Amino acid sequence: MKRIGVFVCHCGINIAETVDVKRVAEEAKEMEGVAYAQDYIYMCSEPGQTLVREKIVEEKLDAVIIAACSPTLHESTFRAAAEEAGLNPWQCEIANIREQCSWVHTDREKATNKAIHIVATIVQKTKLNESLEPIPVSITKKALVIGGGIAGIQAALDIADSGYKVILVEKESSIGGHMAQLSETFPTLDCSQCILTPKMVAAGKHPNIELMTYSEIEGIHGYVGNFKVLIRRKAAFVDWSICNGCGLCMEKCPAKVSSVFDRELAKHGAIYVPFPQAVPNKPVIEQDSCIYFKSGQCRLCEKVCEIGAIDFEQNDQFVEEEVGAIITATGFETLPVADLAEYGAGDVPDVIDGLAFERLLSASGPTVGEVKRPSDGMVPKEIVFVQCAGSRDPERYKPYCSKICCMYTTKHALLYKHRVHDGQPYIFYIDIRTGGKGYEEFYQNAEEEEGIIYLRGKVAKIFRDGDKTVVWGTDTLTGRNIEIAADLVVLATAVIPKDSTAELAQKLRIQTGPNGFLAEAHPKLRPVESINSGFFIAGAAQGPKDIPETVAQASGAACKVISLFSRDHLEQDPAIAWVDEDLCGGCRICISVCPYDAREYDEEQGIALVNEALCEGCGSCVAACACGATQQRNLSDSQIKSMVTASLGGE
Amino acid sequence: MFEPKIVCFLCKWCTSAGADLAGTSRLKYRPNGVNIRFMCSSRVDPEHILWAFHEGADGVLIGGCHPGDCHYEDGNYKTQARVSLLNRLLEDFGIDTSRLRLEWISAAEGAKFANVMNEFTEELRLKGPLKLAAREMAK
Repeated sequence: MKRIGVFVCHCGINIAETVDVKRVAEEAKEMEGVAYAQDYIYMCSEPGQTLVREKIVEEKLDAVIIAACSPTLHESTFRAAAEEAGLNPWQCEIANIREQCSWVHTDREKATNKAIHIVATIVQKTKLNESLEPIPVSITKKALVIGGGIAGIQAALDIADSGYKVILVEKESSIGGHMAQLSETFPTLDCSQCILTPKMVAAGKHPNIELMTYSEIEGIHGYVGNFKVLIRRKAAFVDWSICNGCGLCMEKCPAKVSSVFDRELAKHGAIYVPFPQAVPNKPVIEQDSCIYFKSGQCRLCEKVCEIGAIDFEQNDQFVEEEVGAIITATGFETLPVADLAEYGAGDVPDVIDGLAFERLLSASGPTVGEVKRPSDGMVPKEIVFVQCAGSRDPERYKPYCSKICCMYTTKHALLYKHRVHDGQPYIFYIDIRTGGKGYEEFYQNAEEEEGIIYLRGKVAKIFRDGDKTVVWGTDTLTGRNIEIAADLVVLATAVIPKDSTAELAQKLRIQTGPNGFLAEAHPKLRPVESINSGFFIAGAAQGPKDIPETVAQASGAACKVISLFSRDHLEQDPAIAWVDEDLCGGCRICISVCPYDAREYDEEQGIALVNEALCEGCGSCVAACACGATQQRNLSDSQIKSMVTASLGGE
Repeated sequence: MFEPKIVCFLCKWCTSAGADLAGTSRLKYRPNGVNIRFMCSSRVDPEHILWAFHEGADGVLIGGCHPGDCHYEDGNYKTQARVSLLNRLLEDFGIDTSRLRLEWISAAEGAKFANVMNEFTEELRLKGPLKLAAREMAK
């Protein structure tokens, strides 16, 4: 009989408050196979791990169970500790009595009983656990970065600089993302283009970076170290390999299309680059707007292109790439103004969002940096800025704080004052949140020196009255209702995940959180990893964040990829399927259910084997096997059965 | 008051992660279920379910990823097929099919996991203990 040690963690009071940890340890001692049991306040701390290691030796333990937090947190920690003391890592199991017990129950007696059952269940599993060796697998030292905003660019540059190849995939025709739309950046007021475009150029020219813009991820297969990715390169109808970016086609195109980049404050042709500093600086034809595609006549762009780069016959191309790690950095969107009914639902022309105001402020924007309102081009003398437009509003919109708005709204008001000296900006806010280096000082200066009027309260209604846009709000500090007949209203709309995030996450099979942002493996300790190995996340796709945070997270994700690539090979979990050759009747049902072609029929022996390199350990073939010939290592049917019995309080 | 016993077979990637989220969010739910974590819900053999009923479970919950979200391509579809087939047999064994519950709960749905556990516990409480001929005979 195996000698099992059970170590029950208090986790401070996190477990001990609701679960009687001493009783769990005492009960565990009585369980068949358990040779030793003890509780300790912090099992994951150095003294806690030392205790486990010492007891393995002293008590001659063959296996250990740590009854503590979720295995996603510390399974690897304790397996490493067990290995140091001479145990095979697969002889260490975790009983989750925190996330799935102490934190979710209130009745101490019942929670303690449940914790005892959880431990008993894991004891049954552990009794029959085999010692295993990880399966070595090769690794493709090439990364895929999805999203070419500042997060994707930074991550790609960091990986490329360390000597590994990177494919940077961007949905739009140019990299740059939202940062390329910004005028100046808080709190230093550096021009966004001036700090971003050099990085765009560096990414475009880097020998280790392959840019795939105007491209999307179609599908993905494989596992960490060995992914196969199918990428769709959308038809640009321009042969980029010969186009020199002269721009003549764009000048001559007679179609008029609202510019997404300029937040519909300007128009461009059906053939266009989103902005002049685009990387690559190659145009695409928007099929839905092109006069030739719609009516069969025009082809003016083709006529003026001297090198013959226009190609109306072009089709989408599909390319398959092999990569070892994937960073998702797909960024954010803002809540459409049209969704905010009380703020005019997008029907009031002089109600715009923060990104549109960025374009009005930008020296390369549609007004060349002059603040002119959309309805009639007038320079607004009074502007109302409305913060938390859709944020911190759990009843109607988004429950969370969008984090960047307090700072960018202050910046907007300040830049407006710099452009229109006699103008008056008002800012409606709930709270001013200025966590960040130099942020509070920036806000203090704006409030005290720049004549911006801050009004604490939420705006109730915005409507058009003649050429004015009327704002109704309440100043909660004086208790007075306020009405401002403004010339322009700027809404700090909620930061939301890009609408394509959900679909992409489903393709990649990575997790999203309750608000649709990508979920990290651990909110504090693994902020740039997805729970699925080989997938990393960076930037606002994970949650609202400003540029410095985004860049830091991107470099963090890149660092994780580089550390993965620095290994000679990866280790695959050996808890996979195996076949009892004497039992297998060769029915081949396993082959039909395996999603990875890991089951193959051996004609000579007349049985179905497991290809260990391909098996991912899902266990589907094990459940399908009619005669019990296929089993899963360390999760056999007999283990499961005894676990079930133990979970119900049986012997 | 009757406290039903529930065995929960949860996939590691979605439902067990959702159950963890319920914990980190400090949601509260009835303590009647013990979770057994599999890599995929498709590891659940109908035999495991029958065994759970045999061993005293009043209800069995299987939690997997939402359709299309399975970490192993389509494991959850296989689970669904197996559960549908098993449901036909459960009645013959004298087990009400509502005692076997299949739920798609993602890693983001901590609240759903808590709600399902509360609801299922309440339902089983109203139904009363599972009386199984085989179990009675063994007594």
